Amino acid sequence: MAACSIEDVLAKAEKDEAEKLKSITVNKELDLEFDIGNLLALDKNSINLREFKQQNKEDFLRSLARDNAQLLINEIWKHPSERVEDVIVVKLPDPTTPLPREKPAPKPRPPTKWEQFAKLKGIQKKKKTNLVWDEERVAKNEFNRLRNVARAQKIKVPGIGLAPSAKQSKAELSRAVSVAKTSTASVGKFQDHLPKEKTPKNTGKKRTFQPVIGDFANEKQKQLDLLKVMDSKKPRLEITKAVNKQMREEDAEAASKRRRVPGQKGRKRNMPAKGKRSGPSGKGKGKASKGRGRNPRMKQGNR
Amino acid sequence: MARMDGVVKPKTKRSKRFLQNREAKLVENAKTAMILKGGNTSETVTHALKDVYALKKPNAVLYKKKNIMRPFEDPTSLEFFSKKSDCSLFLFGSHNKKRPNNLIFGRMFDSHVLDMFELGVDRFSSLKDIKSTKCAEGTKPMLLFAGELFHTDTEYTRLRSVLTDFFRGPTVSAVRLAGLEHVLHFTAQDGKIYMRSYRVKLKKSGCRTPRVELEEIGPAFDFVLRRTHLASDDLYKTAHRQPRGLKAKKKKNISHDTFGTKYGRLHMQKQNLDKLQTRKMKGLRKRKGGVKSGQTPPKKVINTQ
Repeated sequence: MAACSIEDVLAKAEKDEAEKLKSITVNKELDLEFDIGNLLALDKNSINLREFKQQNKEDFLRSLARDNAQLLINEIWKHPSERVEDVIVVKLPDPTTPLPREKPAPKPRPPTKWEQFAKLKGIQKKKKTNLVWDEERVAKNEFNRLRNVARAQKIKVPGIGLAPSAKQSKAELSRAVSVAKTSTASVGKFQDHLPKEKTPKNTGKKRTFQPVIGDFANEKQKQLDLLKVMDSKKPRLEITKAVNKQMREEDAEAASKRRRVPGQKGRKRNMPAKGKRSGPSGKGKGKASKGRGRNPRMKQGNR
Repeated sequence: MARMDGVVKPKTKRSKRFLQNREAKLVENAKTAMILKGGNTSETVTHALKDVYALKKPNAVLYKKKNIMRPFEDPTSLEFFSKKSDCSLFLFGSHNKKRPNNLIFGRMFDSHVLDMFELGVDRFSSLKDIKSTKCAEGTKPMLLFAGELFHTDTEYTRLRSVLTDFFRGPTVSAVRLAGLEHVLHFTAQDGKIYMRSYRVKLKKSGCRTPRVELEEIGPAFDFVLRRTHLASDDLYKTAHRQPRGLKAKKKKNISHDTFGTKYGRLHMQKQNLDKLQTRKMKGLRKRKGGVKSGQTPPKKVINTQ
């Protein structure tokens, strides 16, 4: 009994379900083609001519449209829906029907002159992470910024001598004093000295000459040395200078090779002659040698 | 905007933005339609144009003055208007003795005519003629095409493409279910194309999917296909070409099954089984002094012949 009733109930439920579905099912010979992205459906079935002729045309078209719309709605309802601000929306897939574009695809921007040049030279953009934090640079930038601000507001810009800082050190102050002192028309030549003032260190060096009359023994020795060198047959060799010269020549050769234009603009070189030192040049010290316009920084030979 | 050697150079930021919007884009704007009148139009054509404008409204421009032109003979002025109003779809209405109540649906590519279809209006009832509640302006319609001609015949297939392009509205990613209330139905049957417009009423059906009932709202057209102008295969193909950046690159070795589970395929190097850590036992532990093996590994026999 009980089993039978259950079967009955099941059968009835099935029937109900079928009836419910009946209202939304449509039978077609060929399935419709859908493009849900465009809310589009194509019914490829041929239209029943007899019904079309017999029925009222409007009614027939409406029933055809209803069936197709029902199928499209069924298809749309299969897609996942969600609730957005109290409205149920269905997410649509991308349209599948191929339609022509309105305008051709955008062309890529032509490279700028710099980009062309960079490509030709193989220059790549440097990463900024390669940069290193530099405290001194920051300080200088800040100083320059303040100077710019000051210049913009037409405030008198402080010079290099006394930078604006909270507390100047002794060295900074003395430097400022020396700068101030030398900032006259006669480069500070006629400035008075303060009672306990020290001469500033590390300023520009002045040439000093030996007295015209003075240490005769020393002078005599110097002259003798000079004559000795002149008299000797062997040329004197300054090792430091020779090494430097050699190195420079090697560098120049390498550079000219790199330029890959051999012999076009290269100077003719007489190697052995270059190595020789001729005569008295650079051997004396003091007045004689300096008078010839030599660079005073040039090293003198060791004796 | 200053015109210099055919290049329009914007003078203000606003005009620059305006011009940028008109430039070719990767993802394009929704196509807009211009609706024009010929030198002579009948009342039917005028009303028809107005009704199509109402259907298409946010994406359409209605030209109110007469423009004497014959698109099939000389499309240059049409192309000029297209460039001017940035419209790639057009509907041209005219009326003369040879072709009474004439509508030309067409589309452009790069402001040159791609396809044109001349449709004669046999019967027309406008939005006003049919008394019913209308759909809201700018509703995205559901497009339905019925009849095997739309599938088999080349001209009808192309006409379907043009009509889809014309009426589909903007591309959207999601749609409100209650907003699906407008149906445009095109039926091709015995040499005529019936265009009907319905409002959808969703009724309860007892299950999740509702039952659909339709109510006609107009406009309703019975069209006859007259002249056609189809684009050459070459141009048609060019117009369909999609730029490279539009499609996302397919990721290799990743797949999904029907339940949405993600599968990935990995390629691994062969495992070194000698170094595999097995169960630790006292007996297998290495001795400090090295193993004194009694057995020697089997020697290879070398054949010397």
